[in-house]
Amino acid sequence: MDGFFVFAIDWGFIFDQSVKQAVDINAIVYALAAIGLNVHFGYAGLLNFGQVGFVAMGAYGMGLGITYWQTNPAIAVLIGIIFSVVFALILGLPTLRLRADYLAIVTIAAAEIVRLMARSTALRDITQGAEGLNEFIGPFRDLNPFSPGAEYGFGPFVWSGNRFYTIVIGWTLIALFLLLVWQLMRSPWGRVVKAIREDEDAARALGKSAYWYKLQALILGGVIGGFGGMVMALGNATVQPDFFVAPLTFFFWLVLILGGVGRVWSPVVGAIIFWALITFIQNLGRQLVADGLIPTSIMDTTQVDQIRFWIVGAALALLMVFRPQGIFGSREEMALDAH
Amino acid sequence: MPTDLSQLERTPGVAKPDPILVVDNMRKRFGGIVAVDVDHLEIQRGVITALIGPNGAGKTTFFNVLTGFDKPDEGSTVFDGDVINKVRPDVLAKRGMVRTFQLTKALTKLAVIENMKLGAKHQRGEKFLRALLSPMWRPQERSIEERGDALLARFKMDHMRDEYAGSLSGGQRKLLEMSRSLMTDPTLVMLDEPMAGVNPALKQSLLDHVRGLKDEGISVVFVEHDMDVVQGISDWVVVMAEGAIIAEGPPESIAENKQVIDAYLGAHHDTPLDLDAELEGAHGEEEE
Repeated sequence: MDGFFVFAIDWGFIFDQSVKQAVDINAIVYALAAIGLNVHFGYAGLLNFGQVGFVAMGAYGMGLGITYWQTNPAIAVLIGIIFSVVFALILGLPTLRLRADYLAIVTIAAAEIVRLMARSTALRDITQGAEGLNEFIGPFRDLNPFSPGAEYGFGPFVWSGNRFYTIVIGWTLIALFLLLVWQLMRSPWGRVVKAIREDEDAARALGKSAYWYKLQALILGGVIGGFGGMVMALGNATVQPDFFVAPLTFFFWLVLILGGVGRVWSPVVGAIIFWALITFIQNLGRQLVADGLIPTSIMDTTQVDQIRFWIVGAALALLMVFRPQGIFGSREEMALDAH
Repeated sequence: MPTDLSQLERTPGVAKPDPILVVDNMRKRFGGIVAVDVDHLEIQRGVITALIGPNGAGKTTFFNVLTGFDKPDEGSTVFDGDVINKVRPDVLAKRGMVRTFQLTKALTKLAVIENMKLGAKHQRGEKFLRALLSPMWRPQERSIEERGDALLARFKMDHMRDEYAGSLSGGQRKLLEMSRSLMTDPTLVMLDEPMAGVNPALKQSLLDHVRGLKDEGISVVFVEHDMDVVQGISDWVVVMAEGAIIAEGPPESIAENKQVIDAYLGAHHDTPLDLDAELEGAHGEEEE
């Protein structure tokens, strides 16, 4: 029976798939969104439960730019940034003077409003409803230095030229934003932002405008999330409203907490682990079911896709029990909150 | 030569020779309760002024209104010649009025020295774009750090320099908050119950530090409800009760002021009760 077990499961395939997904477009999108969340929550203490709204703004801004104004990709990206900034201003201007919970309430609603507006019939002429934007990828593909027909990568980890193009762009963006966050958070600017996280009134009493810095942090994290949306749009060659459902925000949070809040690297490591784990469980489950090791009376292949989230949820619960600070977080800092 | 206030009239709202802070007709209501009801008050520059009063007298609310953390319903405050009614606390701090809090606000997850550095004004690296280029702010950062270290040494906190502020004791947090406020180069320091919850040994050193501020030419206002603390340290005492200023004067005069005693102990504290009038009367005589 043991021998059969070893033979039936293709561990090599599962491993390859897991590694591949850990660096693929989904992981990149999650990493970028979580880097933004880390700026919001990890450094500035802003409770943003609508990060997916920023992702949507970036994606739609870029997509609409090409679709309607036939503009060049650089300007389309700029429009994606502007959309994210405007969204941050709409959320932040009225709420950041109030207590932290108000932002949390507004963000969770605003992100849903963005999605529902994008798929509404009233805006159908612009956003093309549930079908979304599908005509914008051309100008980006024209700039692709890789040959779309060829495969890139090494060993078992190969992608088509178009996909590899997006992955290279994505990881370049991640590197740039990590560098940006690292530099900012060691500067006096970062000190003010962290001080506001610790105690807003203390920062104000020392001459720092808490409102202005919170707004800056909200914009910065939102724009980084917006770039996540742009990578998503490039990778899928489409922008559809139902990509941007509310649970996605909570996966971004999961990724951030998994890595450890308030550490530069943690969102990226969190995203890698999250996608590797999800893929591993999914592929293992599918094989177990296909090989009859798990009888279909218990679970079939489609159910594996749901079960994987149960297992990830359980794993996260265990992490919170045994390592509440996440992978990179500092237990010492965590303990200070108890005071 | 310290300002001599002993010749001033000892009445609420008396004019000072060189006021740094002038309050007029200030009212602050919470629903039906008038928490602050001050007709006129002047705070002298360069001295230590104590603001005392029994619990619930409105001292902290008054303090919050003066420092911009709360908005008055009516009235005006003039700080160093400028009306500051609607000025935000961070702007006030930049203009030289800095405050501390009754419940100390150490920035727990920042190191002690980072707490200090935060206080410095006009930091180039606090602007987003300049923060991106270290050479823009590094030299200034170094000089700020030197100032922070010097202040920490003065407050005998230098051994805690690299610890998280959250790991400090209550008294050390008071010291940190006071020294941090000095990083803003203040002209007026407002201390909200600096001695609250501090052990007696540290209390003495805190008092010395408050005196030290005055020696540097900084004006100090501090809130306190313990009258004994006030005696040794303040040049002038302002007494609040039920939101209003009921007495002003040098500390010696305040302890004997009938209205102040009434405010602290209740207006009828020495009125004999019918049943044991004789006994109470005897006590009353002893107090005289």
